[in-house]
Amino acid sequence: MMKENNIPKIPADKFRFVGDEIRLHDQKMDTKQISYFRDAFNRFCKNKSSVTAAIIIMLLVLYAIFVPMFCQTPYSLALTDTDYLMYGKLLPRNQLCVDLGWDFWDGFKDRKDITKPAYDQVRAVAEETGLEVMKNVEQVGTNEKGVPVYNIRVDSYIYNGSDGAYTYMTLTEEQYKSMQAWQNETGIQLIYPAVDDTKLSQKNKLNADIWYEANDKGVPKVDKNDNFVDIYKQIGNDGSYNSLRIEGDPGIDNPNAEDRYRYASITGDSSAISYKCRVLKYAYFQYKYGFEPSFLFGTTAMGQDMLTRLASAARFSLLLAVCVSAINLFIGAIYGAIEGYYGGAIDMLMERFTDILARIPFMVVATLFQLHLAKRVGPVISLLFAFVLTGWIGMASTVRMQFYRFKGQEYVLASRVLGASDWRIMFRHIFPNSLGTIVTSSVLVIPGVIFSESSLTYLGIVNLDSSTMTSVGTMLANGRQFLQDFPHVIFFPAIFISLLMISFNLFGNGLRDAFNPSLRGADD
Amino acid sequence: MYTLKYTAKRLLFMIFTFLIIISACFILVRLLPNVPAQQFGKDMDLVLKSRYRQGLVDEKGNEIPLLVQYFNFFRKTLIGGDWGISEKLYFGQDCFGVFLEKLPNTILVNAYSSLLAVPLGLMLGIYAALKKNKWQDHAISTGVMILVSVPSYVYAFLIQYYLCYKLDLFPLHMRGGGEYFTWATFRSMLPAVISLSLSSIAGYARFTRAELTEVLTSDYLLLARTKGLTRAQTTTRHALRNAMVPIFPSILTEVIAVLSGSLIIESIFEVPGVGPLYTESITTLDYNFFLLLSAFYTLIGLTAGIVMDLSYGVIDPRIRMGSKK
Repeated sequence: MMKENNIPKIPADKFRFVGDEIRLHDQKMDTKQISYFRDAFNRFCKNKSSVTAAIIIMLLVLYAIFVPMFCQTPYSLALTDTDYLMYGKLLPRNQLCVDLGWDFWDGFKDRKDITKPAYDQVRAVAEETGLEVMKNVEQVGTNEKGVPVYNIRVDSYIYNGSDGAYTYMTLTEEQYKSMQAWQNETGIQLIYPAVDDTKLSQKNKLNADIWYEANDKGVPKVDKNDNFVDIYKQIGNDGSYNSLRIEGDPGIDNPNAEDRYRYASITGDSSAISYKCRVLKYAYFQYKYGFEPSFLFGTTAMGQDMLTRLASAARFSLLLAVCVSAINLFIGAIYGAIEGYYGGAIDMLMERFTDILARIPFMVVATLFQLHLAKRVGPVISLLFAFVLTGWIGMASTVRMQFYRFKGQEYVLASRVLGASDWRIMFRHIFPNSLGTIVTSSVLVIPGVIFSESSLTYLGIVNLDSSTMTSVGTMLANGRQFLQDFPHVIFFPAIFISLLMISFNLFGNGLRDAFNPSLRGADD
Repeated sequence: MYTLKYTAKRLLFMIFTFLIIISACFILVRLLPNVPAQQFGKDMDLVLKSRYRQGLVDEKGNEIPLLVQYFNFFRKTLIGGDWGISEKLYFGQDCFGVFLEKLPNTILVNAYSSLLAVPLGLMLGIYAALKKNKWQDHAISTGVMILVSVPSYVYAFLIQYYLCYKLDLFPLHMRGGGEYFTWATFRSMLPAVISLSLSSIAGYARFTRAELTEVLTSDYLLLARTKGLTRAQTTTRHALRNAMVPIFPSILTEVIAVLSGSLIIESIFEVPGVGPLYTESITTLDYNFFLLLSAFYTLIGLTAGIVMDLSYGVIDPRIRMGSKK
């Protein structure tokens, strides 16, 4: 049987050469050439979590660099000020939350189930100053002795726990005058009337909060209508006080009235008169630093502003980590390059050396460096040494592996044939090719260093605490004892370091994947 | 025969390394200004006697050459086991005795955390690998990533603040005293155990998932399935066993590392263990303790390394560590 298209004879002119008319040339490439790093960058950008991590790292670094620069206040600059202690452990306050009236991030402290005496102490401050010291006052019942129990929120900026709201200050004539002038200018009551000493028990004499009749423990004695009974000083000299007077002062109508309140008790002789005054700490802050206290992250136990303090701690930690990473890279690259390139007996000897070095526990190294070097070169440099002493080993082994991988390649042979020196081959040819892996491990060193540094300072093996310098670990260690009552002192450093660690790990992983050529096109 | 030779080689090198490190520690510590015995007042005799027994001073209490001290340290401390008395922390007590007294607490806390971490971590890892690229996997991987990255002291703080303080489930600090196996002691240990195990759980889960996903895509599993085995059978009998090759050594290492514990967690929860002893010996400059504990930590680290390498060969006979090509 014959198929239909089985033509026995095809005339020669029916045949034609394929592509006879078209001229085929090598075409110029339309697409752009992509370098190794460009390709890595492109692939990195596809990894969303890594990009996010990179952005977060950038924000944290910007925070560390710029916040100490731009968020300076007269308060954060006065680092060695002893008045700081009056403003310790203030709660974080976001002005926005205060304006919106939220019960969150507003600098108020929850005080649950406090009995009437404790409540009255706060109420007395509110009554005398007229400020909003507490809110959300709620009587929740009575305790077993029949004493009323309250839930309140107290403004930690005005009334901070056991420290109270006022302090006794001994002023010179000049200071006394300047405070009065400031009061007249701003209309804010700073000096409150002095209290009649004779009506105070020995214990209460130190407690500046008391302006009322109170028992030995400073608990107010109230009258039948639940009002406080004032014990203001109404006799004696107060250095011709001529400024704001509190409500109810007979001196408002007649500044020369005999029973006007006295605003200072005078001690010392005529050559050096000093005025002992009851000063409201909240107003004193405004008087001294020129603005109303409001700290976004609160203050530490020592009264330092957490926002700037944490930023400088972060700056220190990051700087240390970057320095360690750079030095490790430098030493490790040279050591690993020599090991990997020459191999053989040199490699064997150098490897055994690093074997021994790598086995020394880091804690032991850090401790010995602290004991020996800290006094001579300072704790920071000795910490740096401790990190570098064993830190470069990881980098060296990475570089060594890369050199083993590349040293047999043709381009190395070619450049050797052309007479390139060993040094040139190592650092001009092989090293740039292994840069991807090396950069990745350098980046991954950074969170490790920050973690170790924070552990060491936390444990107190390294002490970096001073008024001008601190590290994240130090802040955590210092805040430790206030974890129960003032968790914010630990909360912000902990958040910072957690964010930093998570982002660095994600970023490092993304970088590793981006520089790994075998994953090219894997996710497309 | 080969394994024996390799083990012997490794052991010799380990001893060599240990001696170098501990010698360096000893010499560096001895170079520091020593506390003069006169400072101890009426306890001077006690300190001097101990120092003389260790061969650090002569009969009259004068310093002797460092080289002789080093020789004596070798003979009396490393071989004889006399680590001297504590001169600061637990004044007058035998260092080694105090150390032995503290060790059970550390071991117990860490053993519990291992008991918790190993099964949980493996289970999570296996589950994530089986559900690869589904939401369960993503959820586990995210959690693991966070737990691995966040420093352990941060969640120790969280646990202490919420579980111990706010909810009042556990005491704030671990109970001391000699009772190790009572319910009260166990309860007071739990926060530390949980904090310790969280990062281990995450570590195991990540490791297991990575190994298992790699094995699950291999050809022999496909073959096993085509032979008619169910998915569960292939996973448990073939995939899991092969995936365990790299996982098992790390578990074994952890079991040894149980002895050394975590300095920071122990200090947060005030576990009366070895960790706080070490940090306190540094802050109070109690050199005898420092030397003893440095030797201890170094030894643990070295042993863990060897066990890890050797166990590869034990669990998978095809692997011969240190073999030539």
